Amino acid sequence: MGANNCRAVKVIDIKALGLSSPGEEIVELKLEYPEWESGWRAGQFVMIRPLSWPLDLIWGRPFSICNADDSSLTILFQVVGRGTERLMELKKGDSVNIWGPLGTFFSKPTDRPVLMLAGGMGLAPFCGYVDTHPQHENLKLFFAHRPPLEDYPYKSLSDKVEVEDIRETKPEDIQSIIARVDDLVKEYAQKDGLITACGPMPFLTTVWKAARKYGADAELSLENRMACGVGACLGCVAKDDDGHHTQVCTTGPVFKAKDLSLEG
Amino acid sequence: MDVSVDFAGLKLKNPILTASGTFGFGLEFKRFGNLESLGGIVVKGLSLKPREGNPMPRIAETPCGMLNAIGIQNPGVEAFIKHKLPKLPWKTLPVLANLYATDAAEFGELAAVLAAEEGVAALEVNVSCPNVKEGGIAFGQDPNQITKVAEAVKKNAGNKPVIIKLSPNVTDITVCAKAAENGGADALSLINTLSGMAVDIERRKPRLANVIGGLSGPAVKPVALRCVYQAVNAVKIPVMGLGGITTAEDVAEFLLVGATAVQIGTGNFISPDTAFKVAEELPKVLERIKAESIDEFIGSLKLPL
Repeated sequence: MGANNCRAVKVIDIKALGLSSPGEEIVELKLEYPEWESGWRAGQFVMIRPLSWPLDLIWGRPFSICNADDSSLTILFQVVGRGTERLMELKKGDSVNIWGPLGTFFSKPTDRPVLMLAGGMGLAPFCGYVDTHPQHENLKLFFAHRPPLEDYPYKSLSDKVEVEDIRETKPEDIQSIIARVDDLVKEYAQKDGLITACGPMPFLTTVWKAARKYGADAELSLENRMACGVGACLGCVAKDDDGHHTQVCTTGPVFKAKDLSLEG
Repeated sequence: MDVSVDFAGLKLKNPILTASGTFGFGLEFKRFGNLESLGGIVVKGLSLKPREGNPMPRIAETPCGMLNAIGIQNPGVEAFIKHKLPKLPWKTLPVLANLYATDAAEFGELAAVLAAEEGVAALEVNVSCPNVKEGGIAFGQDPNQITKVAEAVKKNAGNKPVIIKLSPNVTDITVCAKAAENGGADALSLINTLSGMAVDIERRKPRLANVIGGLSGPAVKPVALRCVYQAVNAVKIPVMGLGGITTAEDVAEFLLVGATAVQIGTGNFISPDTAFKVAEELPKVLERIKAESIDEFIGSLKLPL
């Protein structure tokens, strides 16, 4: 790999996918493909920092690769803080610095059923996963979300694979999500399937507990605050199965559930 | 322009090094530039035994800076020597080890281990970490302790230069600088991070699990520049400047006040190729501002009459 793993690319397009949830906009950002020699795998992420950002925002921001082809790379983000608010200000033709692809990725077996568990923006890596998986009949997606489905690129997935969703609109819905995740993990453990998951930490903890309970083969993509994304700052650690700190950006973000400790 | 410098006997092809804790063990950055184009690298702080560091969250972004309370997480000196150092091009790239210990004797022990390694060019001694309870900033605020640690490390460092890394969290930086020099230090590096804090008003909680952390980044550059300026004028040993450097112009500022070399730290997080770009840009910037040579430029600040 050469030094082109960090380069400036242009914004091709940026748009809010749905306007039904003011204040919770989900945005699709399409960039020029950074010409990675090594390609990319679903589950990997990139660090993005617009060239226009002044130094009051120091770090780039990590995003799962939603999808990419020879001409473009797409990420999804939800506006949740200073960085994503400023990302929203990008316009077509603006330049952003991007480094990647970073981290580990989801396995892609073709001889086993695969369950994809997505919570909120955890849907992003599964867009690329589905598009690059050769056997859609083996895939099932369960999606837990708050904004309406129209705000996500959900239809592009439901057209290709079996899907199921629960929308969380009231506190009781969380129990329904936990119960359904537990049932699905049990089912896929019994049929020796692979379980993949991405989403906020409470969602992943639910998946992790169920995977431990049923001895399931599960891969979890962790979200974490990062300064560098390349293993230098040690700001993004999680606890491994032995209770030691392990770097999410380089040892992960995709971990086997058996290698993690998400309790405590 | 030739920008090579001699720093405490180290021949550096340029005065740009990377700061400890911000460049991993160097290997993490190979894909973003040619390591050998740098003047040197200072690797992640090492202790005799592996350390887990502090609980999460341990970084927070602040205006023009960041707070960290990593707590010297590292795999221990043996793992570094066995697994990291052999992979670095140390024959052509000066690799500086950064030492962390909890008392002077342990610093001496660690120094002996690292001084025996051919691939280690110099020892940078961290007496100023704000994120550990023992052996951290308390050392850096006590001139007697600084002298004792410098003596203990120097005694076991063989012919390797000993650089004491100073804290800005003191009343008078010149007292600490002299204390290091009196202990036999060959050079100084400064500044380590400024002690700081950030809070979340929604959750009414500190943003760091450790509550207090170390502030770095462009926000601290004026403090760093002042400390370097004062230290340079207080001691005869060379000074390496760091704190908020992100451009070649920033480097020129530190050289102008008398630093012989610099380190880039948080700048490596703004973009992983920052140090490489700064090293490439420095000769052009010095030419643009009409420096005759880097030796002539270093310490050539014109003070008001």
